[in-house]
Amino acid sequence: MVQVFAVLLACQLAGEVVARMSGVPVPGPVIGLMLLFAVMAWRQRISAVLPAASGDGTLEATAHGLLRHLSLLFVPAGVGVIQRLDVLGRDGVALVVALVVSSVLGLVVSALVFRALARRSAGGPA
Amino acid sequence: MTRDPFALWVYLAERPLLWLTVTLVAYGLADRLSQAARRHPLANPVLIAAAMIGAVLLGLGVPYDRYFDGAQFVHFLLGPATVALAVPLYENRHAVRRALVPMAAALVAGSVVTLVSAVLILMAFGVSPAVMASMAPKSVTAAIAMAVSEGMGGDPALTAVLVILTGIFGAMVGLPLLGALGLGEARAAGFAVGIAAHGIGTARALQFSPEAGAFAAIAMALNAVLTALLAPPLFRWLMGQG
Repeated sequence: MVQVFAVLLACQLAGEVVARMSGVPVPGPVIGLMLLFAVMAWRQRISAVLPAASGDGTLEATAHGLLRHLSLLFVPAGVGVIQRLDVLGRDGVALVVALVVSSVLGLVVSALVFRALARRSAGGPA
Repeated sequence: MTRDPFALWVYLAERPLLWLTVTLVAYGLADRLSQAARRHPLANPVLIAAAMIGAVLLGLGVPYDRYFDGAQFVHFLLGPATVALAVPLYENRHAVRRALVPMAAALVAGSVVTLVSAVLILMAFGVSPAVMASMAPKSVTAAIAMAVSEGMGGDPALTAVLVILTGIFGAMVGLPLLGALGLGEARAAGFAVGIAAHGIGTARALQFSPEAGAFAAIAMALNAVLTALLAPPLFRWLMGQG
């Protein structure tokens, strides 16, 4: 598990370095995600430089363990929001209406477009 | 040795241990409540835990900064957890590769509709351009949304609040709404929740199924990039029309 954390942090660190140096508008951890994906795709070929944990299922088990409680990791930020609801100020109603309606529209349009094209590319009802 | 309870309280309240423990215990309780409610969408563990902790801090008069000294250890794990999303993504890579065309189209359509509708509604309410700029990138992860908002003349603090509220709302409403509309298929629904509700929605999609979680994760990552590139010109164009 320690080895897996080292791999996760190393990918994140490399991602932060790439994000800062290149100025691309992508968060470091998201670049780290892509790097870990690449490591997993090529791990047979580069196994000599990887810790054993990345090839024996420990990586998968640790990642799923961490992600099972992904919600927990948003709690500190959530507490901050509850304490800062005052920033909504006098536009509170407008902001809540815009947030709710635009989120619902975005959800429905995304899922509708996805389904329409997934059916077509599958050549029939999915 | 401390015998005075007040001195003990002052000691503990200023150290990370107490607030880290409170965060984990509150989440444990909230997660149990959510399970007892059979993962009912309204019993969102982030919302319940944050409300409980918020009430405790308010009741005891503890400032957020002091709470965060302890909670930062949990907050820090968001980075490695985001990297770890590569694992469900890798495990579902064949399903993802087969869905490249639907993903690209749904990404652009969903992202643009969300941003444009939010700005148009705020225009109808007559709010200031700075508030509109703060709202426009709310569906993506906080770091990107705050930078985009600031670049367009918005208030990053307001954006951070809207990002978290959007995530909680999307996580609560997304899957049940899409299910009720007959759009609950794991790939489409997961992808939609990732576009509309970033990491908090992805956390919910992962509970639903690993496949939905994988599609939410890739949607979240792609929408962060697209919003960073597209939001500023789209926002300028909308302002020019108004």
